[in-house]
Amino acid sequence: MSETVERPRPAMPFIKYNERGDPFVEGRRCSVCKAVMTANPLACPSCGARDSLAPFAASDKGVLHSYSIVFRSFPGVQTPFISAIVDLEDGVTLKGVLRGVEPKPEAIKFGQPVKVVFDDALGRKDREGRSYISYFFEPA
Amino acid sequence: MGDVYIVGIDMVKFSKTAGVGPEVLGAEAALNALEEAQVTIRDIDTLYAGSVFSMNIAQRVQKQLGQTGIPTASVSNACATGATAFREAMFSVKAGAAKIALAVGCEVMPRGLLGGAGDSEGITTEGLMGSATMPAVFGEAGQEHAAKYGTTFAQFAKVSVKNHHHSTMNPKSIYQKETPLEEVMQSEMIAYPITKLMCSVNVDGAAAAVVMGEEEVKRRGLMDRAVRVRASALATDPFQTRNPMMHDVNSVTQLAAKWAYEQSGLGPEDLDLVELHDCFATAELLHYENLGLCGPGEAGRMIDDGETALGGRIPVNVSGGLLSKGHPIAATGLANLYELSCHLRGTAGARQVSGARIGLAHVVGLGTVSAVHILEKAN
Repeated sequence: MSETVERPRPAMPFIKYNERGDPFVEGRRCSVCKAVMTANPLACPSCGARDSLAPFAASDKGVLHSYSIVFRSFPGVQTPFISAIVDLEDGVTLKGVLRGVEPKPEAIKFGQPVKVVFDDALGRKDREGRSYISYFFEPA
Repeated sequence: MGDVYIVGIDMVKFSKTAGVGPEVLGAEAALNALEEAQVTIRDIDTLYAGSVFSMNIAQRVQKQLGQTGIPTASVSNACATGATAFREAMFSVKAGAAKIALAVGCEVMPRGLLGGAGDSEGITTEGLMGSATMPAVFGEAGQEHAAKYGTTFAQFAKVSVKNHHHSTMNPKSIYQKETPLEEVMQSEMIAYPITKLMCSVNVDGAAAAVVMGEEEVKRRGLMDRAVRVRASALATDPFQTRNPMMHDVNSVTQLAAKWAYEQSGLGPEDLDLVELHDCFATAELLHYENLGLCGPGEAGRMIDDGETALGGRIPVNVSGGLLSKGHPIAATGLANLYELSCHLRGTAGARQVSGARIGLAHVVGLGTVSAVHILEKAN
């Protein structure tokens, strides 16, 4: 019997794996009004159309729209970290952690270009001991 | 149908309680409001009570006041809960379904850091998908303003200086202590640019209001203490691509304010005072612009020039705001109506805005929903 290692599970439902086994962010675009989002509700939250939200692979490049440097968080969460809002080139907005940047306002520039990278979800495991994968932002 | 009036309104002094049920706090405020309105629970035709963290609050409050068989319902609408309970009571009267209605907002808060749902697919996402804690969310909201207009950490911090100063004149505020700018900026950094002294206080409390239509107010001879409701507006956040990755308290506030100004035929220039939702110091500056108190990008200058301090052009949060008076979530939307009512009746004591005739109360809860009320002196 061969041992297979299960690949890490996506930390969010809109993180998917493509046929090559690479992770990507799946966006949704309404075929009626063209609104984009990462959520997948039953009807388009912008125009109300049903069955109109088509999936697409989101860009892996964007700019930093806003951030906060978090110093106090829940027990077990390592601080400080940069909570970042990033606008991707195709219009999708993501929220995540900006890494590879010193957690000080002087080191962070609004509008700075970032890339979306995927990595293990900070070593976190669920109750069954399974690993997870998430996206992070890094300076481009 | 004529106007609806507040004829009795009260808030309990906000505090950290131990073992007191929220329904007891709510009933305390309700009994005081009933007394002021010169009615008893037997005169009330309908009760709306709200609590974000407790279930079945309406029937629990009712059991503290008197089980008269009237229709009651519990209200849950995030930080707009108290204002929504008020609005429902007002609508009952406007619809002719009630002659006299009671609205209550009460809360015993969970302790510690408040945050959005942090679990997804089996692991916590805090610190992974950014931070869902409230200070971080409002840190990001403030920084968005900083990116656009160059608003500084010090300007945000000045909001705390102002509101803490105001609260020294409010005996019902939990904190009544001056905090100079350096002290605010050097207190523990929670989520830049928000320090501990720039966060609203986690505290328990309640507020309640009795409302009647114009005919009933006159019949009972209560116009001397009545406060007229000029507008009641409730809005939710229109779709935006960044939302809800980045919650937006701006568009929803602008929408509720637009409707309130339209309903009342009034504009920001008609306001004598404002109680707005300063859940964090950054939020207050955003709402100066959202409520039309100044133009886009001018909020920093407003706080620098003291325009929103007591004695300034448009006093904001002279109660001390959520920052120092406290923010028991469901109570806040009624507590700010209480504050406005004090000024419109001339009973606000040391913090009285002189000659106040028209006030605006604003709340906004993430999810996202905003309520704006405009009240007017009736006599």
